[in-house]
Amino acid sequence: MPLAPHRSSALPALGGGTLAAHALACRRGRRLLFRGLDLQLPAGSITWLQGANGSGKTSLLRILAGLSAPAEGTLSWNGQPLAAAGDATRAARLYVGHGNALKDDLSLLEALAFLARLQGLDEAGPRARQALDRLGLGARADAPVRTLSQGQRRRGALARLALDDAPRTWLLDEPYDALDQDSTARLSALLTGHAGRGGAVLLTSHQALDLPGLARVDLAAWGVAA
Amino acid sequence: MITLLLAVARRDLLLARRRRIEALLPLGFFIVAAALFPIGVGPEPQTLRQIGPGVVWVDALLAAMLSVTQMFASDHADGSLEQMLLAPQPLVALVGGKVLAHWLSTGLPLVLASPLIGLLFNLPAPAITMLVLTLALGTPILSLLGAVGAALTLGLRSGAALVFLLVLPLTVPALIFGTGAVVALDSGLPGQAQAHLSLLGALLILTLLGAPPAAAAALRISLD
Repeated sequence: MPLAPHRSSALPALGGGTLAAHALACRRGRRLLFRGLDLQLPAGSITWLQGANGSGKTSLLRILAGLSAPAEGTLSWNGQPLAAAGDATRAARLYVGHGNALKDDLSLLEALAFLARLQGLDEAGPRARQALDRLGLGARADAPVRTLSQGQRRRGALARLALDDAPRTWLLDEPYDALDQDSTARLSALLTGHAGRGGAVLLTSHQALDLPGLARVDLAAWGVAA
Repeated sequence: MITLLLAVARRDLLLARRRRIEALLPLGFFIVAAALFPIGVGPEPQTLRQIGPGVVWVDALLAAMLSVTQMFASDHADGSLEQMLLAPQPLVALVGGKVLAHWLSTGLPLVLASPLIGLLFNLPAPAITMLVLTLALGTPILSLLGAVGAALTLGLRSGAALVFLLVLPLTVPALIFGTGAVVALDSGLPGQAQAHLSLLGALLILTLLGAPPAAAAALRISLD
């Protein structure tokens, strides 16, 4: 069943914009992880965020998502300071972290539908079922999350990417973790499709990535010697 | 905003229903702890009647605290809380939904079980009615204050014990007005009971306005 494109008067135009960071610095405890970081995530781009363990990849993603505040520097959305753009731009960003955000006691479908509702999408149930189908999890939709394997849970979390076609900015922390070959291909297809629709992607990965037009950013360039 | 509040509340109630034993533990604690007092103090009807309101209230307080420490913990552990913080709707609505679900799944059962405990303490019918009324007004206060404590101590080791230490002092006014109303009614002062009840209601409104924004702010700080 095809779903209508996302419409909600409460939310501004979803995505299609450029998230940028200017002179960003991040501090964890007493340690400065990086400083003076400039980054642009223009529409239609896929960027691979690289860096050693503990170099601040997750911290950077959390700052860009709006979960933490940077020690220095600013974020902007289409050239406007993000602070001024306010809560509204949250709908234009989608963050999938280490945690899958799926509750063990819910069925996969219920858990994903809740996340869709949280995102402000209407018709959350049918949307979630369709997204699970796209990730090849249709048959497991009604199984409790607790009974799923690590890789299936990860796929379930990534099904959020398939909930709608809005060109948001995706911030993905190790999305390829625990995925089998088939799912890896599905995810890559999702990412390139998203970039083709004018969305932007920033992701971390320990596996070698082979995506068309992949840009690379290495945190070592702004790292502070430990 | 209301949609999000209801969506969160519905999800938490569904989760509570799937973990029925866990959800009913505070109620079990409430009943067992209250039942210990007549055994420990002795079956003197007059003494029991005197200590009854205070014991039931303190008992309800501890039972509510017992469960409230976990209000955000599992959502924090599996990453759901991050997603809630990133939702485009205000976080206050989400805290409201969680508190509502907490009250419905643990506060309301305490209120419904309290007449039984009242009988155990030889309270007369009017006093029992007043006890139920004060608990109905008081337990939401406990859920709301508990949410602030749980949000502040999120991710800390021994956070549960800290919630007790942080929140219990804040619940003292509710305890005073709640027990005061029942005691006043039992000693033949309905006017004073009424006053206590009004103050308890005012306290609920105050907490309802103040606690959710405070808990939301605490969550943002805890997850930074």
